[in-house]
This record gives sequence, structure tokens and C-alpha cells, in this order.
Amino acid sequence: MIGEAEILVAMSECAGEERLVATEGRVGIHARFRVGYPGFALDVDLRLPGRGVTALFGHSGSGKTTCLRCVAGLESADMGVLEVNGELWQDSARGVFVPTHRRSLGYVFQEASLFPHLSVRRNLEFGMKRVAAATRRVAWDQAVDLLGIESLLDRMPERLSGGERQRVGIARALLTSPRLLLMDEPLAALDLKRKHEILPYLERLHDELEIPVLYVSHSPDEVARLADHVVLLDQGRVVAQGGLVATLARLDLPTAFTEDAGVVVESVIAEHDEHYHLSRLDFPGGNVLVARRPEAIGHRLRFRVHARDVSLAESRNENSSITNLLPAVVCEVVTADTPAHVLVRLDAGGTPLIARITRRSCDQLGIVAGRQMWAQIKAVALLG
Amino acid sequence: MLSLDSIDLAAIGLTLKLATVTTVLLLAIGTPIAWWLARTRSRLKGPIGAVVALPLVLPPTVLGFYLLVAMGPNGFVGQLTQSLGLGTLPFTFAGLVVASVFYSMPFVVQPLQNAFEAIGERPLEVAATLRAGPWDTFFSVVLPLSKPGFVTAGILGFAHTVGEFGVVLMIGGNIPEKTRVVSVQIYDHVEAMEYAQAHWLAGGMLVFSFLVLLALYTSRLKHNWRG
Repeated sequence: MIGEAEILVAMSECAGEERLVATEGRVGIHARFRVGYPGFALDVDLRLPGRGVTALFGHSGSGKTTCLRCVAGLESADMGVLEVNGELWQDSARGVFVPTHRRSLGYVFQEASLFPHLSVRRNLEFGMKRVAAATRRVAWDQAVDLLGIESLLDRMPERLSGGERQRVGIARALLTSPRLLLMDEPLAALDLKRKHEILPYLERLHDELEIPVLYVSHSPDEVARLADHVVLLDQGRVVAQGGLVATLARLDLPTAFTEDAGVVVESVIAEHDEHYHLSRLDFPGGNVLVARRPEAIGHRLRFRVHARDVSLAESRNENSSITNLLPAVVCEVVTADTPAHVLVRLDAGGTPLIARITRRSCDQLGIVAGRQMWAQIKAVALLG
Repeated sequence: MLSLDSIDLAAIGLTLKLATVTTVLLLAIGTPIAWWLARTRSRLKGPIGAVVALPLVLPPTVLGFYLLVAMGPNGFVGQLTQSLGLGTLPFTFAGLVVASVFYSMPFVVQPLQNAFEAIGERPLEVAATLRAGPWDTFFSVVLPLSKPGFVTAGILGFAHTVGEFGVVLMIGGNIPEKTRVVSVQIYDHVEAMEYAQAHWLAGGMLVFSFLVLLALYTSRLKHNWRG
């Protein structure tokens, strides 16, 4: 049993290593900051991939925004080294500190912070015209179309809704053709409806542009939906960093991160069942049935399975209303956020799962690492 | 009907010239001071702010007295101007300008400082992330956003200089067409029992001051309305 657990650990490390290889060399972001304020200290050492969306995830006060501001040069860390895709932006030991306006970055603030004295068009031009024409890689039409703001160009910021403002803010940052896009909880100031209005634009950004994004968020759903890579921050320190799926499935994290435990699964729509109005989503190790999706077959879809929505059975129970059953091997069992519960990490043929069950059930079923079980998935939260 | 004689008109012309030159100089000098006061975390912020505000509470004669001493032949400013071949400043128009700049300083610096503080840190950070350097940011973001502050500062600086009396008397004396401004001219008329002429000038000052303040308050109201 111990042997198997070790193998599994080795497997997850393998997944991490694969990431590291991709970040080595000159491509990627290396950020090391130490900042001290009365009552707060940030001490992080990050090695991030030079592409895709990296989420800085943590609760308020975890230092994620400070970290982002250090990357932007808006905050000057007492001790800092920052290298972005081969460009040195800060090295306090050598006295290097490139001021913010000389760093090729885009920054989207929590509140869009458009210049109130300029129209939407002039706001967008503000950054663009300060970048040499030869280095512009994002075209005006591309940014305007991507964020759907064509009809807003001649309005003043005060006449825009919160969601529209944020879209203009994102387009404004993109038009400087940044080598790195920093987003500080761009959806936090918006209500749920506006969030859903913007999320598709952020996904398109991710799919259509080759700009690496550092995305600060405290919302697990946003992270699960947008990120490829996550950095978990707690009290100014990095608790974990790595690929999204592997990192969210870890149980050795502070309870702050496991109380809402769950996994993210990347799936592909494989079949639509018109009779029962269901869609089948395939992923390594199995599939689930969900209510009919509007997307076409072959469309990639992420979903989140909360630990509380997974129960475990010894045998395949066909006499149940739960349709989604997956064979899975128990990897580890740890105490959950309450003494009454445990979290069980499982491997369903390559896809990690976490189940939150009572300690009593765990003992009665004899759930230990290495045991083959059936995971019953009561609900999946589709992200997209 | 009595109208204004040529000496009165000269006094009016001189007053407007003094106020214009002083306001232009003050906007140029006051802007960096106000910017510094609005942005600094230095411990000198308190003392410098207090010095700038001193003319608000000091009797004009006190300010005028010290300026007279400093700019006089034995004062350090006087020594400097003499060594530069400029002579001494008291009883000249230039001396009046220097004194007025000090005297009206808080009326220009404080509205500007308030305007700069109201802008906050965020627009400057946004501008920096959009590749604007500090000077660029000042001219393309700070100036437009603090325009109402500049209007207020200009109007107050101008009006306050028009209304000064004590400092002018201490520094400039009462030389027709050189240093005799309207407020001093009114004083002379009253001394000479020429009440009718005093009325014309005093009434003019009253109407002018009221119109200036009216313009100021209605423009502020409009600004607030726009949010």
C-alpha cells in the first residue's frame, strides 16, 4: 500500500516536472520578492510559464495583489528579482529597477479606472500611441472586436456600465501590446450578471492571444475556468504552485484551500443524447452525462467537481438515480476542515477526484490508500 | 457726474497688471509646490505647508515689514539683487510682484493641492502602466483632471492680489503709476476727503469682487453637477 502511494506521489511530481521543463530557459517569468509592512510580509519565489493564464489565488490579505503590484513595479519590493521572458525588470542586488512605464506590461485594475476626461476611443489610444508602431502586435480592430466595444468608442466613461468599463479597460491594456498582462481581480467589482458578461471575453483572450496573463483572484470558479497554472498564496507565502488540475487536487494545503475542495476536469463533448436531452463529456479515465449542452461535439469544456458532491461505494450500484459512476483508486485520506469529515483523493484512470465523506463512512467502508472504489458524482459544475 | 481721473485709471491699470503678472508667476511657482505637498510623505510636509499658509493669518504689515528688510539694501535679497546690478526691489513694481507672490501664495497653492490630492494615486498608476512617464502623466492626466482646481487657484490668486493693501503700502509706498494700486488710491481719496472718487473706486472693487466670486461659485456648482 505504501508502495502504491509512493508511486502516485511520483506521478504527480512527474506532472509538475513537465511544467518546469517548459518554464526553463529564457521563456517564462521568474519573480522573487520580499516586502515587509507592519503586520504583513510577502516572501515569494515564483517560476511561472511564459504563456497561458497563471492565477494568483488566495484569500484577501494573502498578498496576491501586492505580488502583482511588485511585478508591475507599482510597489518596490525591498528585495526583488524579476525576469520576464528574458528581460530583466528588477534586480535589487544589482540596483536594477525598470520603472513601470518602461515595462512592457498591461495592467487591468479591479475598478476599470478609465480616464474620466477622455472618451473610450481616447482612453484606448492613450497607451497605444505611446508604444512604437513597430512593436505593436495587437491591432486596434482585433482588441475592439475581441472585447465587443465598437459601439462604445465615442462615449465618455461615465456613461458606461461597470461591465462595459472593464471591457474597455482590458482592451486599453491589450493595445499596448504587452509582453505580460496583469489582471487584478478584474471581475470582483462586478455583479454576477456582469461577471458572466465578461468571462467569455476573457476566455477568448486566452484562446486567441499569445500574451501570458497573471490573474489575481479569490474566486475558485474564476480560477478553475480561466487558469492553466495556479499559485496558491497564504499570508504572503506560496503554499503551492503548478498546473491547475494537479494543484487543485492536492490535499496537503492549508484548510483555507481545502474547505471548498474540489477538482477541475478538462473534458471534450463526445455525444449528444437528444432523447434524454443529455450530453456526454469524455475525459481521461471516464465520462459523465450532463444536461444537453449547446456546444458542438468536440468542444472543450472544463467542469468542476466539488468534493462534497462525490460519494464512494464499494461496488457499482446500478440501483441508484446517480448516473455518473467512475471506478477510482484511493490515493490518500486526510482530515477535512471538520473532525467529522475526511477528504479522500482518488485517481479515476488519470483524472484526480476528491470526495468529502464522514469519518464514520470511511471507517465502515474501510477506505485506505490503494483500494478500488466507485465514485458517485452527484453534480458537476460546468465552467463555460 | 464725477468720473475717474487719469491717476485713478493708472491705479486701475497698475492693479490689473500686478494681479496678472502675480497670478501667472504663482501658477508657475505654486504648481510644483502644491504637487510636492500633495504627494510627499516627507516630514517637511507639515512645516512647508505651514509656511505657505502663513499669509492667511499674518497681518500684511508683518509680512511687508520682513520683505522690506530682506529686500532692502542691507537685506540678503537686497545684497543679491544689488550684486546682480538690479538695484533694490522696494518701491518698484518688481518689488510689488515679489511681495504679492508671497502674499497670495496660499490662495493658489491650496486649491491646487486639494485638486492634486483629489485625483489620487490610481490615475497616475494607470498612466504608468500605459507607458506614460512622470512628465507625460502630469500633462496628459493630472492637468486635465485638475482643471477646476487651476481655475479656482487662478481666480483666487488674481482677486486676492487685487485686494491687497498693507503689503503694498509697506513695500511699494505710494508712487503714482509705479506702485499706487487701487486699494491705496482709495485710501488716499478718503484721506483727502474725496469721498465721491473713493466711492467710484470702492464700488468698482465691490462689483469686481462679487462677480469674481459669483463666477467661481457657479462654475463649482456646474462642476459638481457633472459629478
